[in-house]
Amino acid sequence: MSQLDRLNPGEYILWTGLGLVSFLGFWYLSVSLGLVPRQFLPAPHEVVLKFIHLVSEPFSGYTLLAHIASSFQRFLYGFILAVAIGVPLGLLMALSKFANQLITPFFESIRFVAPIAWVPFAALWFGTGIGGPVLVIFMGAFPPVLINTYRGAMHVDKKYLEAAKMLGAGRFRLMTEVLFPAAIPSIVAGLRISAGLGWQSLVGAELIVASSGVGYMMVKGQASIQTDIVMSGMIAIGIIGLFIDILLRQAEKLAVNYKEA
Amino acid sequence: MADIVFESVERSFKQGGKEFLAVGGIDLTVKDKEFVAIVGPSGCGKTTCMRMVAGLEMPTKGRVLVGGKKIIGPGPDRAVVFQQFALFPWKSVQENIEFGLKSLKMDAAQKKEKTARLITLMGLEGYEQAYPHQLSGGMQQRVAIARAYVLEPEVLLMDEPFGALDAQTRVVMQEELVRLARKNPKTVLFITHAVEEAVYLADRVVVMSRRPGLIRDVIEIKPIREKEGWDQHSRIEDVMDLSSFVQLRSQIWKLLREQNLGAEH
Repeated sequence: MSQLDRLNPGEYILWTGLGLVSFLGFWYLSVSLGLVPRQFLPAPHEVVLKFIHLVSEPFSGYTLLAHIASSFQRFLYGFILAVAIGVPLGLLMALSKFANQLITPFFESIRFVAPIAWVPFAALWFGTGIGGPVLVIFMGAFPPVLINTYRGAMHVDKKYLEAAKMLGAGRFRLMTEVLFPAAIPSIVAGLRISAGLGWQSLVGAELIVASSGVGYMMVKGQASIQTDIVMSGMIAIGIIGLFIDILLRQAEKLAVNYKEA
Repeated sequence: MADIVFESVERSFKQGGKEFLAVGGIDLTVKDKEFVAIVGPSGCGKTTCMRMVAGLEMPTKGRVLVGGKKIIGPGPDRAVVFQQFALFPWKSVQENIEFGLKSLKMDAAQKKEKTARLITLMGLEGYEQAYPHQLSGGMQQRVAIARAYVLEPEVLLMDEPFGALDAQTRVVMQEELVRLARKNPKTVLFITHAVEEAVYLADRVVVMSRRPGLIRDVIEIKPIREKEGWDQHSRIEDVMDLSSFVQLRSQIWKLLREQNLGAEH
């Protein structure tokens, strides 16, 4: 059977279930048979119990939900900042060769620096304040927003720009009423990548420059050799990441509701 | 006064490192409130001529003047109706028509009234909130014309505006344009490769030849149209049956055919 043939629902559940069960079984056996020492890897059921426990019982000052809330808030700040700067800047670069030439070298030189590499500066500038994680998230989320806005706006059919110019639209209206709506599908696709990178960078930032949050909780768990707490944090990160992606996927569907004439 | 003047206009393009002359020395005056159609084979530079009046392209040599002023860029004093309509797909019919008005200093009530008048004139009532993709080609073209007319431009530039329409719709739109143009004449430069369309609509027909694009001949239609009373007929097929129409049409056809033969030799 090739990849292109679709599985029917029964087969789908069967193979997905089989994969999960064998993974969890392998994990469980390797821990319970003592192949891996307990302090290195907790058993799956212990992680689930710990996860449930952390929801109600504070660890390192907060419950799991409070850690998540604190992480999510930082994520939102960094992400919104990346969108608020990246979208207008991308549109401006598409509209003006000068702006493009001005911004590109600077942008290209920072975009390959991993967001986590900003952590030393985040610590230096903001200590454990909210600014540090926000800076790191911003560095992760900003490049995809800018690139996708720019590309989407560059691909706008020239006839719309010409029509708008003939109708007397100035640069501001070209940006807001032609380039921006034309780029929306590309921008929203960029937001998904950007949110993913931002959310991943956040945990990295919290490992070092925070006193709350999922990343902070994990680092405290590691310090006290409570691997089930570390693993619970990983699960929380995965669930929230998935949740953010689902939200943005809905936004993507809404955004492409107009068709080319 | 909004006359269009081409003064020894040349336009060349670079193609594969070689310079090639698309428009090679055009001298033409479209008088105020005159309807001039340019016909010619594809690649004769007729669209380039229109785009230079629009300010979307610049002449390599010579200059284009509208109302005595040299064209330096696009602007709402000259409205363009594009072949591919170029309606903004993310804006409703109403928003498309209002687009040009938004840049003008005018109170909101006046803008509303102008938009409503054009919607009625072009038979678009009930479609104000529709988006372009929900409309037929003919309806889209009406919106495009309304969007241009609402600014009350003195100069109207039309680039094969009916080229993308089916035959029946095209006829209806041609009849409507004649009604509009005779009732409320503007300076019109109309680009087409359809000879009948040019003869039916225009006061004068300019025949262009290709490589380089040059004016081959200019045919006066208006004196004959008025003498023979074409405008008494409301249907295009009745006008097209008149012997005066047939004669003009074949005259222009021959001019186009001759140069095609010339190109083959």
